[in-house]
Amino acid sequence: MASNTSFEKYKSDGSLQGNLLEWFDARFPATSMWRAHLSEYYAPKNFNFWYFFGSLAMLVLVIQIVTGIFLVMHYKPDASINPNGIPVAFASVEYIMRDVPWGWLIRYMHSTGASAFFIVVYLHMFRGMLYGSYRQPRELIWIFGTLIFLCLMAEAFMGYLLPWGQMSFWGAQVIVNLFSAIPLIGEPLSVWIRGDFVVGDATLNRFFSFHVIAVPLVLLGLVAAHILALHEVGSNNPDGVEIKKRKDANGIPLDGIPFHPYYTVKDIVGVVVFLMVFSIIVFFAPEGGGYFLEYNNFLPADPLKTPPHIAPVWYFTPYYSLLRAMVWPLFGIDAKFWGVVAMGAGVVILAFLPWLDRSPVKSIRYRGPIYKTLLALFVISFFLLGFLGTKPPSYSFFGVIPGAPVAQILSAYYFLFFLTMPWWSRIDKYQPEPDRVTM
Amino acid sequence: MSNECKVDCGRRRLVVATAAVGGVGAIAALVPFLSSMLPSERARAAGAPVEVDIGSLEPGQMMTVEWRGRPVWIINRTASMLETLPKLDESVADPKSEKNMQPAYCKNETRSIKPEYMVVVGICTHLGCSPSAKFKKGSDEGMDVAWLGGFLCPCHGSTFDFAGRVFKNKPAPDNLEVPPHVYLSDKRILIGEDKKGA
Repeated sequence: MASNTSFEKYKSDGSLQGNLLEWFDARFPATSMWRAHLSEYYAPKNFNFWYFFGSLAMLVLVIQIVTGIFLVMHYKPDASINPNGIPVAFASVEYIMRDVPWGWLIRYMHSTGASAFFIVVYLHMFRGMLYGSYRQPRELIWIFGTLIFLCLMAEAFMGYLLPWGQMSFWGAQVIVNLFSAIPLIGEPLSVWIRGDFVVGDATLNRFFSFHVIAVPLVLLGLVAAHILALHEVGSNNPDGVEIKKRKDANGIPLDGIPFHPYYTVKDIVGVVVFLMVFSIIVFFAPEGGGYFLEYNNFLPADPLKTPPHIAPVWYFTPYYSLLRAMVWPLFGIDAKFWGVVAMGAGVVILAFLPWLDRSPVKSIRYRGPIYKTLLALFVISFFLLGFLGTKPPSYSFFGVIPGAPVAQILSAYYFLFFLTMPWWSRIDKYQPEPDRVTM
Repeated sequence: MSNECKVDCGRRRLVVATAAVGGVGAIAALVPFLSSMLPSERARAAGAPVEVDIGSLEPGQMMTVEWRGRPVWIINRTASMLETLPKLDESVADPKSEKNMQPAYCKNETRSIKPEYMVVVGICTHLGCSPSAKFKKGSDEGMDVAWLGGFLCPCHGSTFDFAGRVFKNKPAPDNLEVPPHVYLSDKRILIGEDKKGA
């Protein structure tokens, strides 16, 4: 809508505020942006529960930026050992937790916010898969979204090093060493990333820089691109039919309602519910049972001793399972290289979804049994891969079914789901799409 | 694109050449920024050799010292530990230490200068975790019943024998690295250098 609608400039009614707004609007696209993106952005009227998570992701982004600004006022990215024998960075986080007024709250909001970010983003992505929101003409929105997901992973990974605990240190050690698996350039590349031959002060400082400056800037730019692309083509909806096909005499979609006030008010309800759940976690279970903040990270980093069991934070564990599933060398290259490839491909393959899906309909409401079954299995295997990723490689279900081969089978399914989609999405049975959205 | 040149072709060539030269300059400007992320001169200079007294290391014990920010293990291997090594030649990936993971003077059955003293970098060759000692035979420490003793990497399950040789079909590609080291006297080792008189 935004592109082909030209908005008139604001005309004052003669009052002081009116004159001010007219002066401002003549020099800045204030009212036209307001109308293009809010008051005259027509969104389908049949949005449901799943459509909360986009605006919630923006809310969590704001929480992370605001709490991050205040954490940086007290945090020190310094791996040197203080007179008490504790690394300065680790001690500064403890200082925030114990001595800075309300520091504990700001820190717990930030650490819980990281997990909340991934929860809402995973649900937001799943919404896209349910209703085919990645399909033509929304491919670019989906690609921007995949890039946002990658940025978020980088942001979370580098932020996790900053408390300089045992999990911070050894997690970074493992992930940076992944790059050394790349043939020829791997070893110098991993030295370049660390800035030293081991994870150390140089690594901590650059991760801090990336975490608070570089990645957030890229992230904000991508979020803007994601929303601009969305507002260019218009939102999808649970029926997966284009509301722009049916317009009234004024060119407004018959099934569209202005984003403001309808969806701003709806999203406020979502925000209130989200903040209730978020507050309960922040105040009563900020460690999330060892999943949001891992217990080993309450020990300062010790470069000489790996904790007996190391695992990434929960939101990385499905991809960590893909990494661990590759144990065979291929084409004369180490297995660890293929583990890295599997992990990266697991994320990148998402970007190809718009072209892998060949179904004639978008929404799961009109898709056939094959998609519903395979998607359900995909969700189950994603959860199981995540669960197994939190466990040591020797884990077995009930002590009888070994976890490692199960993870390998599930990893194979993860990729087969996407790679065979062009075939099964074509032969599935479909119901006809309605002409207009249903409520 | 139409064939006839609607713009002044000479000017267009100049524009292209200017853009190319500017692009080269922009790429050249990346060099100082990307290079600044390499290890600094101070980081390169660090890593002085470490002198260790192994006089108090009893048979069957191991100690850990820090060298270049990494753990180096010194293990005083008992006769029964050394006996396990030839038995495992079939099970390990590189029994003869063919890959260059040790100085030439440690390319032998025990991967050491003196058979009993193993000096090895305690960093898994897979992704850099530090393996845990699992010295007891059998399943007492959560290993297989057939386990003869050695090391287990907690991160991805690679296993190593008492000479730091990696077992077959594990994520780690290579044996644990043996650092350059030299005996200054019977009970003193210098880790990080081969020659005496440093």
